[in-house]
This record gives sequence, C-alpha cells and structure tokens, in this order.
Amino acid sequence: MSTLAVHDHEVAHHDEHGHEHHHDQSFLSKYVFSMDHKMIAKQFLITGITMAVIAMILSILFRIQLAYPEKTFPLLTTLLGRFAPNGRISPDFYLALVTIHGTIMVFFVLTAGLSGTFANLLIPLQVGARDMASPFMNMLSYWLFFLASVIMLSSFFVQKGPASGGWTIYPPLSALPKAMPGSGEGMTLWLISMVLFVASSLMGGINYVSTVLNMRTKGMDLWKMPLTIWALFLTAILGILAFPVLVAGVVLLIFDRSVGTSFYLSDIVLNGVQQPFEGGSPILFQHLFWFLGHPEVYIVIMPAMGISSEVMSVNSRKPIFGYHAMVYSLIGITVLSFIVWGHHMFVTGMNPFLGGVFMITTLIIAVPSAVKTFNWLATLWRGNIRFTPAMLFAIGMVSFFISGGLTGIFLGNATLDINLHDTYFVVAHFHLVMGSAAIFGMLAGVYHWFPKMFGRMMDEKLGYLHFWLTFICAYLVFFPMHFMGLDGVPRRYYAFTEFASMQKWLTINTFVTWAAIIAALSQFGFLYNFFVSMFKGEKATQNPWESNTLEWTTPVEHLHGNWPGEIPTVYRWPYDYSKPGAEQDYIPQTVPYSQTMSSNLPHDFEDNPAGLEALNTYTSTLKANEQVK
Amino acid sequence: MLLGTNLLMAQTDAGSAATGQAEAPKVDWTGVAYYVLIFFLICLGVAVVGKILKVYDLTLKMQGKKGLNWNTVMATFCIIFLLIGLYGAYWSFTEQGSMTLPEAASAHGVKIDEMFTVTTILTMIVFFITQILLFTFLFRYRYSAKRRAHFLPHNNTIEKVWTIIPAVVLTILVVFGFFTWQKIMNSENLKDDINIDVTGHQFAWELRYPGKDGVLGPKDFRLVTGTNNLGVNFKKKSSFDDLKVDTMYLPVNKSIRLNILAQDVIHSVYMPYFRVQLNAVPGLPTFFKFVPTITTAQMRAKLDDPKFEYTLYCNKICGGSHYNMQKVVRVVSEAEYQTWLSKQKPYLNDALRKELHFASANEQSNGSTNRLALNN
Repeated sequence: MSTLAVHDHEVAHHDEHGHEHHHDQSFLSKYVFSMDHKMIAKQFLITGITMAVIAMILSILFRIQLAYPEKTFPLLTTLLGRFAPNGRISPDFYLALVTIHGTIMVFFVLTAGLSGTFANLLIPLQVGARDMASPFMNMLSYWLFFLASVIMLSSFFVQKGPASGGWTIYPPLSALPKAMPGSGEGMTLWLISMVLFVASSLMGGINYVSTVLNMRTKGMDLWKMPLTIWALFLTAILGILAFPVLVAGVVLLIFDRSVGTSFYLSDIVLNGVQQPFEGGSPILFQHLFWFLGHPEVYIVIMPAMGISSEVMSVNSRKPIFGYHAMVYSLIGITVLSFIVWGHHMFVTGMNPFLGGVFMITTLIIAVPSAVKTFNWLATLWRGNIRFTPAMLFAIGMVSFFISGGLTGIFLGNATLDINLHDTYFVVAHFHLVMGSAAIFGMLAGVYHWFPKMFGRMMDEKLGYLHFWLTFICAYLVFFPMHFMGLDGVPRRYYAFTEFASMQKWLTINTFVTWAAIIAALSQFGFLYNFFVSMFKGEKATQNPWESNTLEWTTPVEHLHGNWPGEIPTVYRWPYDYSKPGAEQDYIPQTVPYSQTMSSNLPHDFEDNPAGLEALNTYTSTLKANEQVK
Repeated sequence: MLLGTNLLMAQTDAGSAATGQAEAPKVDWTGVAYYVLIFFLICLGVAVVGKILKVYDLTLKMQGKKGLNWNTVMATFCIIFLLIGLYGAYWSFTEQGSMTLPEAASAHGVKIDEMFTVTTILTMIVFFITQILLFTFLFRYRYSAKRRAHFLPHNNTIEKVWTIIPAVVLTILVVFGFFTWQKIMNSENLKDDINIDVTGHQFAWELRYPGKDGVLGPKDFRLVTGTNNLGVNFKKKSSFDDLKVDTMYLPVNKSIRLNILAQDVIHSVYMPYFRVQLNAVPGLPTFFKFVPTITTAQMRAKLDDPKFEYTLYCNKICGGSHYNMQKVVRVVSEAEYQTWLSKQKPYLNDALRKELHFASANEQSNGSTNRLALNN
C-alpha cells in the first residue's frame, strides 16, 4: 500500500517540479502562506518560542508576587497599569497570570509548539515523503493556531483582563461573569481561542496520521520507523480522539455563559442573589475537560519521549534498547491515557467507587512509563556517549521524567491524593514530569534538528551553558515545592501572608523566585544562540550527527519535495549504531544489507528467509576461507 | 550577591512607597537601569569567557596538542551534578522535610500517613537508583574515539523483569490504596455522628450545627435572603434549633460528618492536619467523615507553638480572595465541647423571626411550594 502511495506522489511531484522552474515563489507564498512542511514547522517553532517567552515572563511576574507579597514595585504599575495598582499585582490579575501561563504553556507551547514543529518537520523527512498528505490543510492548521494565539493574548487588552479561573476553567467560576473579573470578556476570548486551537490541532493531527499511514517510502514498514515518528503518530491519534471532547465541553460552557442554559450550573446564589440555573452539574464539565486533559499531558510528553529516544540513541552511538518495548509502551500509554482522567477528580465529590477504579487504571499506566525509563538507561549503558547540547537536554528530560513521574505514584493513589490534591506537591509533580521534561525534549529536538531546519549549526558552548543553568534552576525551583505541598500549602494562592502555618515558606518562595529568574534569564542565551545561529551559524554538513535516519539524506539547502531525485528506499531499522563488523559506527537506513555483509546478523532477517540464506552462505564461505588460510 | 540585590530592591521600594497616596508610585529608573546593566555585564562576562575558551582551545591546537575535550568536561559536570544533587536532595529532605505537616490528627489520617511512608520509601529507592545510574553511566561511558559502543538492541529477559517488577509493586500499592480509600470514603453513618454543615461562598465559610435534636433542618437556595443567608427552610421543625457558629469546635474522638456545600462556585474544604479534603460543589452536596484524635491543646504542646490553631481553608480556586478563605477549627474535650455548644446562638435569630413573618405571609399569597432540601 505504501509503495502505491509513494508512486502516486512521485508523479505529482514531477509535475510540480516542472511548474516550479517557471516562476520563483513570492515572499508571501514562501514565508507566510507556505505549504511546505519544513517552513510550517519553522513557523510553529518560532510562534511556539514566542509564546513560551511570554508565558515565562508571566510566571516571573507571579513569582515576584509570591516572593515579595508585601513589597511594592512601582515598575509593575508602569508595565501593567490597572492590573498592578500601587506597585503590587492585584489578586485577580495574579490568578489571570497563572491561568494564562498554564494555558499557553500546555496548549500553545507544548502541544502546538512541540508537536506542530516536530511532526511537521520530521514526519515527511523521516518516513520519506515529499510533503504532508494535505499541505493546504497543514497551512490552515498553522494559521488557525496563530489566530488562536493572537486571540489568547488579546485578552490582556480587555477592560477586566484575561480569563483567570485557572487553566482548567472549572464552572461555575468560569461560567458566571460576575464571579470574578476574568470570567467576563476575558473568558469569552479564552473559549474562542481554544475552539480555534482545537480546530488547528485536529487539522494537523489528521495530516500527521494520514502521512504516516499512507506516504511512507518504499521499504519503510511500521517497524522500521524511528521512535520519533511512532511517538508523533500516536500523539496525533490521541489528539484527534481527545480534543473534540474539549470542544464539546467548551461549547456547552459557551451556552451556559451566553444563552442561559444550565449544563454545568445548579442551585447558585451569587453575592446573595439567586441565579436561575437548575439541574446542571459542575462535575460534568470536569469529566469532559479531563477526558481531554489527561490525554493532553501525554500529548505533551510523548513527542518529548520520542525525540529523546532518537537523540539518545544517536549520541550514545548505540541502538535504542528494546525498540519493540518502546513502541508497545507508547501504544500502552496511548490506550491507557483515555481511562485515567478521573484521577484529577478524586476529591471533587465524584462517586468514591469510581475514584477507586480510576486509581487502578492510573497506577497501571506507570508500568509502561517505568519500562521506558529503564530502556533509556539501558541505552546509555556501555554506549559511547557524545555530549551534544541535544544529548544533554534529552538526558535532562529523562532525569525530570523520573523525578516527576515518581511523585505521580503518590497523586495517582486516591488515598494520598486526599491531602495532596491541589497543593504545591501537584505543582511540583507536573512541572517536572510534563513541564520541564517536555520542554527539555523540545529543546533537545531544537538543538538536534536545527541544522536540518536552518542549514546551520547552533553554538555548542552556549548550548552547554543554557543546559546547565536551566537544568539546575529547574530542580531548584520545583524540588522544594514538594515539601510545601506536604505541608498543605495550596496552589493558586496569591499570598501566604494570611496563614500563620504558611509564613515559614516565605524564604523558600524567595529562593524559588530567584532560581526561576536565573532560569528565565538563561533562556536569553538560547534565544541569542537560536536567532544568531540562524543567520551566522557555522554551515551544517549533510549529516552532522552521523545519524541513520532518512532526514539526513536530504540536501542541506531546502527544496520543495525534500529529495532532488527519487525518494530513497529504506532497507533497515534506524538504530544500527556501532554494529559489530561495520566500517563506521552507523549504518543509514538507506544502506541495503547486501552492502554490509560483514555486519549482518541472523536477527536482521527474521522475516526474510532469502536474506537469511544469503547470510548463511556468506558466513560459511567466510569460515571456509579462513580455514584455507 | 543574591542577598545584596534583595536589599537594594527593598530600599528602592521603601523609597517609592513613602510617596503619598494620591500620587502614583514613581518608578526608580536608576534602579531598573542598574539591573539591566548587571544583566548586560553578566552577558558580557559570558561572552568574554567564551572567547577565552576559544582562544585557549586554538592555542592548544596550534601547539599540536588536542583541544579541550568537551565530552570529558560535560561528563565530569554530570558526575559533579550527581554528587551535589544527591547532597542537595538529602539537604532538602532533612531541612524542608522537617517543615511538613506533623502526624495526622485524625483516625483515618494515620492510615494515609502509613501509606505515604510506604510509597515514599519505595519511590525514593527507585529515585536514587535510577538517578545514580543515569549520571554514572554518562560519566563512565563518555565518548572515546578508541572505543565502540556495545551493540545491544534488546534483551527479552531483562525487559520482562523490569516490566513485571514495577507491575507487582504497583499492584501492591493499588490494592493497599484501594481498600484504604474505600474505607475512608464509604464510612457508614452512625447514630451519634455529629453533623456539621460547612457552606462555602465567596469568600467565607458558614457553619451550622444541629441543635438538641441532632438533626440539621433542610435548606433551599431559593429561600436565601440577607438574614437567612443559607436558605434554611423554617417550615420544618428540625430547623428551629439549628445553631449558627463562628468557629468550628469538634469534640475529640467523636465521629464527625461534615456536610459540604457551596453556594456560588466550587470551593474545597481542606483541613490538612486531619488529612481531610473534599470539594464543595454548588448543586452537589457531599460529605466527609472523620474522627479527630488530637486536641488543639495537645497539638500546641507537640509543636511547641502556643498559638497553633487547626484551620479549614479553601483549596479550589474560587476568585480574588481565594487565598484568604479560612475558618479556625478547635478540637476540644467532650466537656469543653458541651459548654461551648450551650453558649451558641440559634440560627433563627430575632431579625430572621421578624422577616419570616412577612415572608410566610407573602409565600402563602404567592402559593409557591417548598422544594425538598438537598442535604440529609
């Protein structure tokens, strides 16, 4: 089937190629409304980075409030105006900051910025396709994402400020415009932005899935795909199945807000005034939200896992350990992630029996995660490890995934969740396991595939500095938070000044804020490196990391259609690193077994009896020759 | 340096805060410029160090020696990070770990704490082993041009082992956790349970205790008025002796049933010392049962803090003053509880009595019906 598809596409490409010779692309069609997957990937990446910087600045703003709850900073009033009267961020705006920080980071950076960038860049390049299945839809996907980003940010410019009910926007808080300022126009904009975002995400996802399924080059069967592709493919499936449920939830919320329905509302007295809602259930929204929300955290982490697997294998000069187990654990995570959403709702008043069931499914999902971790460690074992910045970030990803994943065993246990729910323990947990781990996976990807995207290398030393500062500071920020949670300090508190029991944490808060500020400043090192290297970096060679995968067989200079001639055929899996008997310590996927007789193993021919026979004759003649000598 | 900048920041703040109320606080631009300058100086420093390293590397190469081996440098950093990180984790566990909650002050809380200890031990073993392996592998197997990596694509036996072991450990935790959870959440109602209504609204908690009959009267959100802020239905006799209470007093070693309600948005009743938490959801009454075991006085002695109070606070984002929505909880002996209870005022106060006369007359003429209450 894949052969057929490739054939069709080649024909199409030849027409296109002829066409291209006649006129050069205009600036608009090359850089703005581009339909080339590589350009769209760059658009996603740069928009994602921009959003990440904005969300990071928001986090520094609220960290300043937490560290110095009783000090005034006139500069804040100058910068934020009415949101920070008298030099202090107002409580409502504080909540807006945490809400928009969460929303941007989860959706705009770690979903669109991560999947959008690497699925677009890597899927066609690594499976051997000229472009995405539907380049036009791909372009639409980016522009809807861009529009969603603009609308989300525009909510800072409405009178009452952006949405501020937390990134989970639980009604009734988000449904009643009078409940808090942020539930006014800001909330409306949030909802509109999310609907556009989901549309963008679905268009992207459908494209990724159909490209992986139909447009693989000759010889690229599913079990020869790099783990990046497996991860991005399964992520796209998750997104397609989960995101529409969020839209359903959001649309009903829009109805409750604007049409007067009572899907989520019942028995409400707001400021002493009875509201005319009856028969709805706020819990319904939580079910709908987390039905997306939980798969969402795997949408965030799986591409990071795939990228790290690939980067670690390349830089350890060693095949990824347990390739099949890695794929099956990704599949396991994909399937299980749909039946664990209730662990966000143990203490919401949901039937306790249901809580018990969700606890069982939740702890099961720890098994594939554990397998992945052990396999990464086994990949490093007896490797020949090259410390490129990408490798360091991939390692950081593993370290964070372990640290944050283990605390998930506490939170997934309904009994322990009673006292830990919504405390800083949760904040520490998810910032390590899906925040830091995913962003490190993304940065690993950026450093690793920068030469592919821009044809130039990033500065290695600056990358090292960026890594160590970010890595150490991230631990300094999130490690102490566990203990705050264990002391019963709730998240989303504007100040800890009102409780005698919490005041002892003020010094820790100051420490955390300064660690966060240093981490944030060190990102400027990355930004400088990224944008300067784009134009002035050292010119990249075709395969700078001596990697096996297909994307490194394309020319450094981009061209529409990726390969100048025929698309290469794939003969082997992507992880033949340091194979005994091979000339070099890597054998690209495009090298047929007939050219590597000295390094072939019986295992390579499990489903190929003719090949096995050839190998046997080769080894027997080799032995015979040796005996003659 | 950190402390120094803090100090400076504080000074600039104090200066600006002193200006009058009518005047908008003035920005100390020299202070801002100072920080920007520091940042640029650091950047410059980084650039200079970078250049020096480059020059050093080049001179080494010119002398025919090998340049700096960055793989070794990074591998060394990894092992240093591991050592410092392990010490840091240990320090954090002892220093901040000692600042966490004391032993549970409730019967079920003890079980939660046991479970927490078991989970902590198991996960910490995994944490230390995996992190140590990760960073020692990085150092041990750093790049060398003379060596090739060991080609090891898979090993089914060891993969089975490390699938089955976590599965078994997690099964134990799940079974243990499942039954504890069921026990905590499905406790039967006893006759002598003390029923207490906790109602959350922006931004306070309202407490209602039953009177002598031990039964809380029904409520309906439609009956809410300025004086009857909970909407208690006074058509029912059981409502008459209900008490309006300001501080939550609980007798020690008695089964308490908190009926948890919310009027406007979702709140969450959180009493971490008792390991109690449940959301207060409008339209969905919930309850949490627990037995406090340590009185406030005992806890004060234990913590050596004469001002210590148990508190109940909101743990679900509910609006601008979410961070200050608390109630003091006092656990006392049965005798103290009874004396305190006898001093509490009934919910049906004079103002409400007066209002209800008019209200009941109105209601009759409107012919509106009573809806059944939600709780009980």
